[in-house]
Amino acid sequence: MEKTSNATQAKARPQKVNRLGLDLNFYKGEKTTLCAGCGHNAISERLVQAFYEMGVDPYQVIKLSGIGCSSKSPAYFLGYSHGFNAVHGRMPSIATGALIANRSLLGVGVSGDGDTASIGIGQFVHLMRRNLPMIYIIEDNGVYGLTKGQFSATADVGSKLKTGLVNEFPAIDTCAMAIELGATFVARSFSGDRKQMSAILKAAIAHRGLAMIDVISPCVTFNDHEGSTKSYAYVKEHDEYLDEVSFVPYFENITVDYEPGSTVDVELHDGSHLLLSKLPEDYSPFDRKKAVQRLMAAHEKGEVLTGIFYVNPEAKTLFDIMHLHDTPLVQLPEEKLRPSKEVLDEIMEDLK
Amino acid sequence: MSIAEPLTQPKEREVAAQPRINDFVIHVATVNGSGSQSANTALLRAIMQMGIPVSGKNLFPSNIQGLPTWFTIRVNKDGYLARKDHVDVLVAMNPETAHSDVMKVTSGAVVVYDQPLKLDSLRDDLTFYAVPFNDLVKPVVDLPKLRKLVRNIIYDGVLAWLLGIEMESLEEAIRKQFKRKPKAAELNIKAARVGYEYAKDNLPPQKKFRLERMNKTANKILIDGNGAAALGCMFAGVQVITWYPITPSSSLAEQLSDYMTRYRMDPESGKATFAILQAEDELAAIGMVLGAGWAGARAMTATSGPGISLMAEFAGLAYYAEVPGVIFDVQRVGPSTGMPTRSMQGDTLFVALLSHGDTQHIMLFPNSPEEIFDMSIEAFDLAEHLQTLIFVMSDLDLGMNMWMANPFQYPQKPMNRGKVLSAEDLEKIQEWGRYKDIDGDGIPYRTLPGTHHPKAPYFTRGSGHTEYARYTEDPVEFTKVLARIKKKYDKARDILPAPAIDRKPNAKIAFISYGTSHWPVEESRDVLRSEYGIETSYLRIRAYPFSKQVQEFIDAHDRVYVVEQNRDAQMLKLMRMEFTPEQIAKLRSIHSYDGLPMSSEFLVNHFLEQENA
Repeated sequence: MEKTSNATQAKARPQKVNRLGLDLNFYKGEKTTLCAGCGHNAISERLVQAFYEMGVDPYQVIKLSGIGCSSKSPAYFLGYSHGFNAVHGRMPSIATGALIANRSLLGVGVSGDGDTASIGIGQFVHLMRRNLPMIYIIEDNGVYGLTKGQFSATADVGSKLKTGLVNEFPAIDTCAMAIELGATFVARSFSGDRKQMSAILKAAIAHRGLAMIDVISPCVTFNDHEGSTKSYAYVKEHDEYLDEVSFVPYFENITVDYEPGSTVDVELHDGSHLLLSKLPEDYSPFDRKKAVQRLMAAHEKGEVLTGIFYVNPEAKTLFDIMHLHDTPLVQLPEEKLRPSKEVLDEIMEDLK
Repeated sequence: MSIAEPLTQPKEREVAAQPRINDFVIHVATVNGSGSQSANTALLRAIMQMGIPVSGKNLFPSNIQGLPTWFTIRVNKDGYLARKDHVDVLVAMNPETAHSDVMKVTSGAVVVYDQPLKLDSLRDDLTFYAVPFNDLVKPVVDLPKLRKLVRNIIYDGVLAWLLGIEMESLEEAIRKQFKRKPKAAELNIKAARVGYEYAKDNLPPQKKFRLERMNKTANKILIDGNGAAALGCMFAGVQVITWYPITPSSSLAEQLSDYMTRYRMDPESGKATFAILQAEDELAAIGMVLGAGWAGARAMTATSGPGISLMAEFAGLAYYAEVPGVIFDVQRVGPSTGMPTRSMQGDTLFVALLSHGDTQHIMLFPNSPEEIFDMSIEAFDLAEHLQTLIFVMSDLDLGMNMWMANPFQYPQKPMNRGKVLSAEDLEKIQEWGRYKDIDGDGIPYRTLPGTHHPKAPYFTRGSGHTEYARYTEDPVEFTKVLARIKKKYDKARDILPAPAIDRKPNAKIAFISYGTSHWPVEESRDVLRSEYGIETSYLRIRAYPFSKQVQEFIDAHDRVYVVEQNRDAQMLKLMRMEFTPEQIAKLRSIHSYDGLPMSSEFLVNHFLEQENA
C-alpha cells in the first residue's frame, strides 16, 4: 500500500531512536487536510511525540474516530497503525468490540465535541462507565466545523456564531460528566500547550483503564472570534491551569514557564490574554468529589480548568469484569473455540 | 378482503363420531406469569415421549404478569408441525377469556375448566369437565404463593387421564422440566397426580380424542429456535457477543450466555474464551460487532425489527468497509412497536437493502431448529469469507416456540476464517490493496490490527476509498470499489445455502416459501394432493440473494405461489427486482400478517380462491 515517505526519508541521516529502535518519523501520519492552524493538528503532533517517547509499538495501536474534523485526524498520526473511521458518534462501540476481541491492542480514539457530547453522548456515557482500557480524546472546539459552524453541546452559554446567533443552552462539561460516570483517568488540556499535552498523553498511555482527555482545540475558521468562548482569544484569557503550560498559537510560538500554584497572564499576538493558574504540586488527583468541585468552581469564575483531574489506577477494567482470557480472543486456536462433539452429544441428550 | 378470515368453512371441522387418535389440537388458556409455561412444556414433552409427533405454540401477551396467554399444542400422527386454526380440547383456566375461549372452539370439542367459572351452560354442543383446581391444590402445598405456581400442573394430570397420556411419561417430562430443581419437580409431580386421580374418580371417560403410543419421535429433541441458534453460535466458535434486550430475540443471547459459561470457559485458566456484553442499545451492539469483526473475531448480535431499524447506519458501513459480522433478526410484528410477542416475516425487504446508498445484504432463512443450528455455523464462515454482514432471518414462531427436532449434527468442516494476510504472507508479496480483487471472485484480502508488518496497516472508513483504502472523491476510483463489491455479492449466490427443491414431474403449479412459512406449505401440498388431486412442486428459499435455481424453477412451472407472512409480499417484491417479466408474470402471492403462524387451512383456502378466480 502507498505509505507516507517518512520512514524512508528517515534513513538519510542518523536519527535519535526510542526504546524500540524506532525514530520519530515512524510515528507520523499523512499530511493533514485540516485548516492551517487548526488546534487538532497540534494534538496530532503531541500524539506522535508521546507514542514515540513512550516507545509504543505502532503495530499494536489502533486509531479510532467518529465523524467530523476531529475524526479525520487519526490519518495524520501513527501511519503504521490500523485505523477505523466509524460513523458519527459511534466510535466507542467500534473500539469496545475491537479491544475485547484483541486485548493486546492499545486503542486511541479521537472524537470531537459534536461527535461525543451530542450525537455520541450515549456511547460516550457507557464507554466511561465500562472502563474499557483505551485513550479517548475529545478535540473540543464547541462548534461543528465540517458542516460550517453550527453550535455543539459544549459551546458555552452566550457564545456567538459568525451569523450572530447566540447559544442559550448550558455547556456539557465532559470531564465532570466522565468523573461522575466512573471514568478512571480524566484530564483537560489545551491544544496550544505542548508540555502539558505531552505529559497528560504519556500518563494516559501508561494508565490501565480508560483515559479520557478533553482538549480545548479552537476552530480557527468558525469559532475564532470575539463572541466565542472557545476562540483562541477567549481561552487565552480564561484558561486556569493545573500543572504547567505553554501556549502555541498557530502562527507563532509563545511559551510560558511558571511555578506550580501560581498564575500567569500571557499576552498574545492579537493582544488577548491567557490567564494560567497552575494547580499546586500537592493536588491529589485521587478524590472524585474534590475534582468535580474544582471543575464547578472554575465554571463559576468563567475559567477553563486544565490538568489531570482524577485518576484511579486500581479500578477493575472491562477485561477484568468479563474474566477475559489473557490471550487475546482473536489469537485463541480453533480447539479452544469449538467445543467437542461429546459436548454437543451431552446437550442433545439433555434436550430429549 | 379480510385476510384473517378463512374463505370457506374448513372441512373436517365437525368432530367425527369415531375417536380421533393422535390428531387433534389442545388449547390451554391461562394467565401470564402463573406457571403455565412449565405445565405446557411438560405436557408437550410427555406427548412427545409417547412417540407421538407434536408441536407447541405459545400465543402470549407483551406483559410480565396478568394478561391472558394461550398455548396451543398440535398432536399429529403424520408429523405436520404447522399451527391449526381450530381447537378440539380446551383447558379454560383464565376467567378473563374463558367465555370467548369457549365460544371459539369447534363444535364437539372437549372443555376442561376451572369449576367456579361455570362454563358448562354456554354451549350445548361441547363436552364439559369441571375441575375444582383450588380445592385440589390445597392438600398439595401450604404456601399460597407456591399453590399458585403448581395449580396449573394439575391440568396436566387431568388431561393425562382424559386423553390417555401415560403418567410415567408425564412424570418424566416434569422431572426434565425441573431438572435442576428436584424439590420443585417432586411437588409438581404430586400436583399432577392429584389431577390425574381426581379425573379418574370423578370425570366420565372421554373417548373422542385419544393419545396412543407410537414410535415416531425416537431420538427427537425438544428445543426452541433461539436455543438452537445459540448452540449453533457456540459451535461456530463465536468470540464476541453483544446484544440489547428485545422480544423475541433476548432468549437467544441469554441461552447463549448460559451455554458459553458452561462450555466455553478455558479449563486451563478458568477464563472466558469469549466476551458477552449487553450493550446500551442496538446501535452500540452492532458497532461492537463491527469492531470485533474488524479485529478478527467471530462476532454477532441478536435483535428484532426495531433493533434492525437502529442498526441501519452501521449495516451500511459494514457493507462498504467490508467488515464481517452475524446478525440474528428474530422477527416480530411491525410496523413500529407492532405486536412484540407475535410472529411475522416482516423484515425481508428492509434487511435486503438495509442502509442508505447502494447497499445489499445477505440473508439466510432457517425454517427449523436443525436448520438454524446449521445456518448459525455457516453464517460465521460466510461472514468471514465474504467480509460482510450475514443476517440470519428467524422469527418469533421459530425462535420462541418449542419444536420437535432431530439431534443436531456436529460441524463437519473446519472454520473458514476468510482471506486474512499474516505478516509472513505480507513478506512474500510486493504490495496489497485492501479493496483489490486479486482472485477474480470480488473478495479482497484483509489484514488484522496487531499484524507486525509495515505493509499491514490500513485505514478503514465509510467515506469514499480507493482499492488501497485511501480516502477518495475520484469518480473512477470510487466506482471501481463499489462495482467490485457488487461483483462479490453476485458471486455469493453460488456459495450460499441452495434452495430446497421438490420438483414433481408433471406439476404445473408450484409453491415458493421461506423460513417458517414452510410448515403450512408442507401440509397444504399434501392436502391439495389427497383432497383435490392437485400435484404441486415446491422450492424453499434458504438464502438471499437468490440462487439461479429459483429462476429455473419458476421457468419450469405455469403458476408459482409465493407464500410468506407479511402484508406486502416482500419476498415476491425482491423477485420482481431482478427476475424477467415472463417469470414475474407467473408469480402470485399468498400471505398472512395477523401475527399468528400461518395455518394450512388459510393457505389452502387462499390457494383455491386464486386458482378458481
